[in-house]
Amino acid sequence: MSHFLDRLNFFRKTVGDFSEGHGIVTNEDRGWEESYRRRWQHDKTVRSTHGVNCTGSCSWKIYVKGGIVTWETQQTDYPRTRPDMPNHEPRGCSRGASYSWYLYSGNRLKYPMVRKRLIQLWREARAVQTPVAAWASIVEDQEKRERYTRVRGQGGFVRADWAEVEEIVAAANAYTIRRYGPDRVAGFSPIPAMSMISYAAGTRYLSLLGGTCLSFYDWYCDLPPSSPQTWGEQTDVPESADWYNAGFLLIWGSNVPQTRTPDAHFYTEARYKGAKSVVITPDYSEASKFADLWISPKQGTDAALGLAMGHVILREFHLDKHSDYFQDYCRRYSDMPFLVRLVEQDGRWVPERQLRASDFADGLGETNNPEWKTLAVDERSGEIVVPNGSIGFRWGEQGRWNLEERASGRDEVRLRLSLLDARDDVLPVAFPYFGGTPHEHFQHSEHPDVLERNVPIRELDLPEGPVKVATVFDLFCANYGLDRGLGGAHVAKSFDEDVPYTPAWQEKITGVPRAQVIATAREFAQNADKTEGRSMVILGAGLNHWYHMDMIYRSIINLLVMCGCVGQSGGGWAHYVGQEKLRPQTGWLPLAFALDWGRPPRQMNSTSFWYAHSDQWRYETLPVASILSPTAPKGDWDASLIDFNARSERMGWLPSAPQLRTNPLEVVKAAEKAGKDPKDYAVEEMKAGRLEFSCQDPDAPENWPRNLFVWRSNLLGSSGKGHEYFLKHLLGTTHGVQGKDLGETGGQKPKEVVWHEQAPEGKLDLLVTLDFRMSTTCLYSDIVLPTATWYEKNDLNTSDMHPFIHPLSGAVDPVWESRSDWEIYKGIARAFSAVAPEVLGKEKDLVLTPIQHDSPGELAQALEVKDWKKGEIDALPGKTMPAMVVVERDYPNVYKRFTALGPLMGEIGNGGKGMAWKTGEEVEYLARLNGAVTEEGPTKGMPRIETDIHAAEVILTLAPETNGEVAVKAWESLGKFTGRNHRHLAVHKEDEKIRFRDVQAQPRKIISSPIWSGLESEKVSYNAGYTNVHELIPWRTLTGRQQLYQDHLWMRAFGEALCVYKPPIDTRTVAPVIDKKGNGNPQVVLNFITPHQKWGIHSTYTDNLLMLTLSRGGPIVWISEDDAKAAGIEDNDWIEAYNANGALVARAVVSQRVKPGLVLMYHAQEKIVNVPGSEITGTRGGIHNSVTRTVTKPTHMIGGYAQLSYGFNYYGTVGANRDEFVIVRKMSKVDWLDRPAATSDATSSQTATGSAKEAAE
Amino acid sequence: MYAHLNSFFFGYYPYIALTIFLLGSLIRFDREQYSWKAGSSQLLRRRQLRWGSNLFHVGILVIFVGHLFGLLVPSTIYAFFGIGYTAKQLLAIILGGVAGIACFVGLTMLIHRRLVDPRIRSTSSAADIGILLLLYAQLTLGLLTIPLSLGHLDGSEMLRFMAWAQGIVTFQPGVADLVLDAHPIFKAHLFLGLTLFLVFPFTRLVHIWSAPIWYLGRRGYQIVRSKRPQAAE
Repeated sequence: MSHFLDRLNFFRKTVGDFSEGHGIVTNEDRGWEESYRRRWQHDKTVRSTHGVNCTGSCSWKIYVKGGIVTWETQQTDYPRTRPDMPNHEPRGCSRGASYSWYLYSGNRLKYPMVRKRLIQLWREARAVQTPVAAWASIVEDQEKRERYTRVRGQGGFVRADWAEVEEIVAAANAYTIRRYGPDRVAGFSPIPAMSMISYAAGTRYLSLLGGTCLSFYDWYCDLPPSSPQTWGEQTDVPESADWYNAGFLLIWGSNVPQTRTPDAHFYTEARYKGAKSVVITPDYSEASKFADLWISPKQGTDAALGLAMGHVILREFHLDKHSDYFQDYCRRYSDMPFLVRLVEQDGRWVPERQLRASDFADGLGETNNPEWKTLAVDERSGEIVVPNGSIGFRWGEQGRWNLEERASGRDEVRLRLSLLDARDDVLPVAFPYFGGTPHEHFQHSEHPDVLERNVPIRELDLPEGPVKVATVFDLFCANYGLDRGLGGAHVAKSFDEDVPYTPAWQEKITGVPRAQVIATAREFAQNADKTEGRSMVILGAGLNHWYHMDMIYRSIINLLVMCGCVGQSGGGWAHYVGQEKLRPQTGWLPLAFALDWGRPPRQMNSTSFWYAHSDQWRYETLPVASILSPTAPKGDWDASLIDFNARSERMGWLPSAPQLRTNPLEVVKAAEKAGKDPKDYAVEEMKAGRLEFSCQDPDAPENWPRNLFVWRSNLLGSSGKGHEYFLKHLLGTTHGVQGKDLGETGGQKPKEVVWHEQAPEGKLDLLVTLDFRMSTTCLYSDIVLPTATWYEKNDLNTSDMHPFIHPLSGAVDPVWESRSDWEIYKGIARAFSAVAPEVLGKEKDLVLTPIQHDSPGELAQALEVKDWKKGEIDALPGKTMPAMVVVERDYPNVYKRFTALGPLMGEIGNGGKGMAWKTGEEVEYLARLNGAVTEEGPTKGMPRIETDIHAAEVILTLAPETNGEVAVKAWESLGKFTGRNHRHLAVHKEDEKIRFRDVQAQPRKIISSPIWSGLESEKVSYNAGYTNVHELIPWRTLTGRQQLYQDHLWMRAFGEALCVYKPPIDTRTVAPVIDKKGNGNPQVVLNFITPHQKWGIHSTYTDNLLMLTLSRGGPIVWISEDDAKAAGIEDNDWIEAYNANGALVARAVVSQRVKPGLVLMYHAQEKIVNVPGSEITGTRGGIHNSVTRTVTKPTHMIGGYAQLSYGFNYYGTVGANRDEFVIVRKMSKVDWLDRPAATSDATSSQTATGSAKEAAE
Repeated sequence: MYAHLNSFFFGYYPYIALTIFLLGSLIRFDREQYSWKAGSSQLLRRRQLRWGSNLFHVGILVIFVGHLFGLLVPSTIYAFFGIGYTAKQLLAIILGGVAGIACFVGLTMLIHRRLVDPRIRSTSSAADIGILLLLYAQLTLGLLTIPLSLGHLDGSEMLRFMAWAQGIVTFQPGVADLVLDAHPIFKAHLFLGLTLFLVFPFTRLVHIWSAPIWYLGRRGYQIVRSKRPQAAE
């Protein structure tokens, strides 16, 4: 009753004692305990997760109390795994547990914000003009445009209301479409798997306009190009539960406990079960403590280590002793038995392309695609056969695209791996060697750049004359430097000989003792041999972000293929970088890219896009000659990287954005005026040089991207490699670029891409960012729109790491004026439909698409590479140049189209990865489930997609992974290609339909689908390649097998036909500034390494108070004790890291665990919290990407060639960043720039002069 | 007029102050349990706290006890023990002076710390700063009375205040007249002292009620709080 009165019982309080008076019993009031109970009482819990590209997809309980989200805890109700497996939970980590802090934090975006100068201009113009005219009056006036573009990132936001900003965005889009073309409206949003409805909202809007959707997986450098190269697949990996099935876990450049936190328990459990584990990482990472052996190689030299291990395994398990399992696996599931032509070049024998049926007079009886059918020797008959499964069987015929051991005309064949015992001759064959290239910071070896090794060959009599061929296996062994008893140079009999690629050879390069290499390789293979492939490699960004990441990865993939691990439970390639597994992908695609209204969508590979449009190519210092193979075939290789990209675009290999210098709406109009088919007209004009590709001149104002949407992303605070170039050229604002472009340095300029003496600054008219927090990207935007957090919207989330479909759910309504992404884009679509009729009606749009992987077009140029532009071959859309399609846009009805499922789903159907099936039943079903549109108009009677849940139901209904009926249809569709019956994989789930409310009740396991190469069943955990091995479905590669020999001309030119060791490239960014920007303190030059961090997921959480409190609370870099001593740096000192690209500031963490020679800056620490100004740039901080610049690689630009064909986020140039070096030194003056901009030094930087000062007004 | 004011401040004001002190403490204890705390800032800054806080607390406890006994113990008891007024006055001056100076030094450090450290400053409420300044003023006044007291070593002034204080707590009428012509410094000191009681329930001073003195005489190392039968649950 009264706390006070309760206290007045002093003399009666003790009512007993025990333990001889050591304890007493009292009857004092216990009411205070209620407060602890109330602390954890709540009104409800809701299931949600975090859409943050952590690959976690963990189930969380969100607690709501009094209408406020109060905290979150881990859900523990996953469906159980099989009895012999550990459960999935607990899933979650400290970062997720701190998320609710964001909802009501000071950093939450609460209202639409707009740059004050822009809204002033807009209101002035809008008072007297219609919306599009008003926008035109601003951006066509240079002075007005610069008034707001030059102060981006300098503050100056004011609150705006939704209707007004929607109209600005709509007017800008409509103006841009009319004036330049719809492909100048671009959008960047990553990782649909983390919140697929929110992603789809933006891309659906953009696709209805004809705008450009930008890729992310490749730009993030999370895409391992080696995966499409080897398997024809973006990335397909085992779920983390499958680690438990492994007998040997090799953890290579991945930090499982730190970056795979919710999955790490499977690693622990596997260790308890007895799995052996070796961890390979230069620094002593959190994962290292799990290891039986920790191997610490010099960073960036992992390919040398991998090749040396391969040398050991080949010697001990394929040559000296035979593992029957390994040999049988390699024969059936890799291209090792296939034949490669050898040609004479400069007096040496060089491996060329793989032999094809078309090389024979009658095509060996093959009439369909003989030039795409690869050949091998049948061991029994000794004859050359056309084995089933190569890419030529996939298209144009049915029933023989499978991995059965058959060949044309033969029911049973056994392919010969080696010609050693059936050779006609032995030839010295030339292999390129790159490890002899001196590098200031990496060791090289004294071996010639061409190594000739003896290879057993067979001679064939072909119509063109006698041709020498060898098997991939024999070339492969020779490449590893293995002596096969054929004598000759550059081969080793023992592991102790210093010959590439022996364990002794790698010692000097990697610093790893040979005994460790031999022991690890031997045990890895022994385990795989005894368990039929249960050896697994978990690898990640530590390896994949190097420029030559495909060499590192292929050296590891080779190990797995040699040991028969890929496609086996508990084995294989576990690359976990990015939450790329969008499990219900084929259900999602139509929603996301508006395929229900028009096909194809415009998609662009971001790396090439940003490289061109942030003008990073203007600073390119990597000469192509330095990466070209000494055995390159004759050709025009003397060009710049951007020239290669432009060639690739015009040959239809990589996509383009913008596509043509002329507005594509105008191209169709002109064609119609000329009375010609728009496609024919365009080809004609291109050949005549009147219609130009935009890629030929990215700096011409007609070719700039004009409007950019960024959502679910922090492009400028996290992933933007070459951050300072973005600021300078794309945004045109204050920046920290220190180097000079090729015009100023006199470097080699591009040959085919136009050079402008004056580089453009400020290409974008409008940058719109949607976020829930004020990120770095928001700070640089013109309009910032507040989105719902992950606890305020309904969405779907999936991961590679487990087989469940997960919801995000609205625990509370979006707070303040925020809205879900779906509602925001719906609102913009509504505004656009209202504004568009001013300049746009129904329009016809000429869309260019690159030659797509998994389409018949992927059989483009089989034997040679010919360029129509040079007149080497005719310009044939979809064959020798991009495909062209006219798509009708209905601009005034964008909103109506946005909110209804369009007619093409019923008319054409759906499909993916080359398969197709009808979806009429699903469309009808959706019309009943979501309701049909009742309003008059073009969408009447179609299924509604009004709400986020409607959108989720569209995905779940159309996807085979969540709709058993569709799964059965999909397997049947695949069966037609393979001639095998796969229905049994899904038929038991035919009646299962997963609905949104189901996944809210409990995460649901997906249904096995042919879109993926693994099965999810009661017998096996999901593992990639499983159906290839066990269902004999070919990999989608040239040979239909795991492709270890890359025979494309450009691959051979750059020496990557087989895996070789290539040292990191020299980015040449230190020399131009090291003597010019000193502050008197000693300096050290260190390799700049940016792994994933512990206190955030990319940049998210790095501004979260809880995470800042747990970490040091601001930007930090890790540096070794030796390097710190050399530079006079002590722990917690403020340091600056800089090079020609820019500068960043951070505090130093001096630690023994860091390897000397490198500095670790954990990726994406935002520059918005606790970051002072840089002494060098005078601007605040810089982010980790302030010192990087992306460098593209020509081999990633190949297209139209089976597995080397474009797929959005599947393939393309990648944004590598690990090869960069920085100068590190202690700061003399730490300036927090805590002054109004008018007096800040920040404004004295290069471009923003007077105007920046006014920004603080 | 002066007599009226004197009557209010030293005749009625004490009852107002003491009533608010007692009732206010009671109500706050019953209604605002979460606010019942000392509000330590030790986590924000340790420097100056060990010396400042200890000097202050030791000093002020000595002063408080000195005042309590000095004012409220009837003079007959001193006579019984044979302590003369001069001796008592000297004892008060010496003990009070030493404790007062210790308290002054401690309080100076605490005030400096509270006002200058930005983290403590921004987490301080007006009451936190106000009560320190009030104590500072009262302490200064108390120290200023020492020279005056040295002028009446016979203890006459002291006896006057004893009579007044004992008159107040025994509800005798007209006790205000006893201090009518006391030195203004004494009167200001009396007034501020009463004001401290008045503001007590609204400040962190409430922690005085909960000084953990029971801990010293506790029994048992393990305490089991029994589940009492709840009346209306």
